[in-house]
Amino acid sequence: MGIFSVFIINKAGGLIFQYDHYSQRPEVEKTFSFPIELVLKQQDEKLVVAFGERDGIKVGYTLMGVNGIPVEGRFLQNDGTDAMEIINSPHNYPINLKFGRTKLTTNEKIMLASMFHSLFAIGSQLSPEPHSSGIEVLETDGFKLHCYQTMTGIKFIALTDPRQGGVDALLRKMYEVFSDFALKNPFYSVDMPVRCDLFDTNLQQVIEACEKQSIGNV
Amino acid sequence: MTVYTLYIFDRNGTCLYYTEWNRKKQPGMSKDEEFKLMYGMIHSIKSFVHRIAPTDLRDGFSNFRTSRYKLNFYETPSGMKFIMTTDLTVGNIRDILHQIYSNIFVEYVVRNPQCELGQPITSELFQTKLDEFIRGLSIFPTRIS
Repeated sequence: MGIFSVFIINKAGGLIFQYDHYSQRPEVEKTFSFPIELVLKQQDEKLVVAFGERDGIKVGYTLMGVNGIPVEGRFLQNDGTDAMEIINSPHNYPINLKFGRTKLTTNEKIMLASMFHSLFAIGSQLSPEPHSSGIEVLETDGFKLHCYQTMTGIKFIALTDPRQGGVDALLRKMYEVFSDFALKNPFYSVDMPVRCDLFDTNLQQVIEACEKQSIGNV
Repeated sequence: MTVYTLYIFDRNGTCLYYTEWNRKKQPGMSKDEEFKLMYGMIHSIKSFVHRIAPTDLRDGFSNFRTSRYKLNFYETPSGMKFIMTTDLTVGNIRDILHQIYSNIFVEYVVRNPQCELGQPITSELFQTKLDEFIRGLSIFPTRIS
């Protein structure tokens, strides 16, 4: 799948739209004996692996289940016992733990959008050449982040597979769809979250068309 | 193909080395502030990338591009960060940054008993060797601009 997700950020840095096109998140379930070699740390009310990557469980994975019971934050869903207590007492072993990358919560997405909004501006400030724009493409080995900033300060961001082509055209098409189905909608106020059904459907169509096209080209 | 600047940071955020070859715009703040901003930006980008990544990442953030320049980043397992800003035509220079680390930094700074780690690099030998290496790269312009 070429395109993972898209974000739209308004000129103040607030997230006004987000869509996950492909979000299969890896999950690993394993039985452990005491003591476990993973170091778990509490981060944002979740228990996250901080050290001790092994057997497909990487740093950054969240604890999702203990012995088949799903974990909410730090506590088990059914009776609210602290998962860390269960893991630290040897008489509960052997224990079956499930780890994975959880989907981002809406709050996290809003926070990451504002973070990118600032990083975009700093990228322009630290430029060794005059008149530079902000960050347009950010590359990692697992994904590529493309950003298109319009004249009015709205940023269209797409997270894609590193090999995906035609993303610039996709971002401009997204702007067109946004103008047609959100800005021209009399019930939509600028800079507010986008809640227009026609926008959602048309955007999905545009994303699927872009993916199909690049598969044809490759 | 041009190289603009090179920054070297250690794991505590101290700027150990900075040099520029063809920089046309100063950021309008003192060098200390610029180093802090650069380190802060890189630290934030690394954290941002780690959190937003839809799949597991092996190496993490590697570079970003704006309309005028490209910032290339390489971090060693010991936390040394090599940041090189170049123009847009260069490709993947992770290997070049790795060579700067292993052939120049390790040889002339780490192995130098007079160079204190964690302090800015003052060794002239390091500066000469680094300059020689960069000027010899294919991405460095050969004509005098």
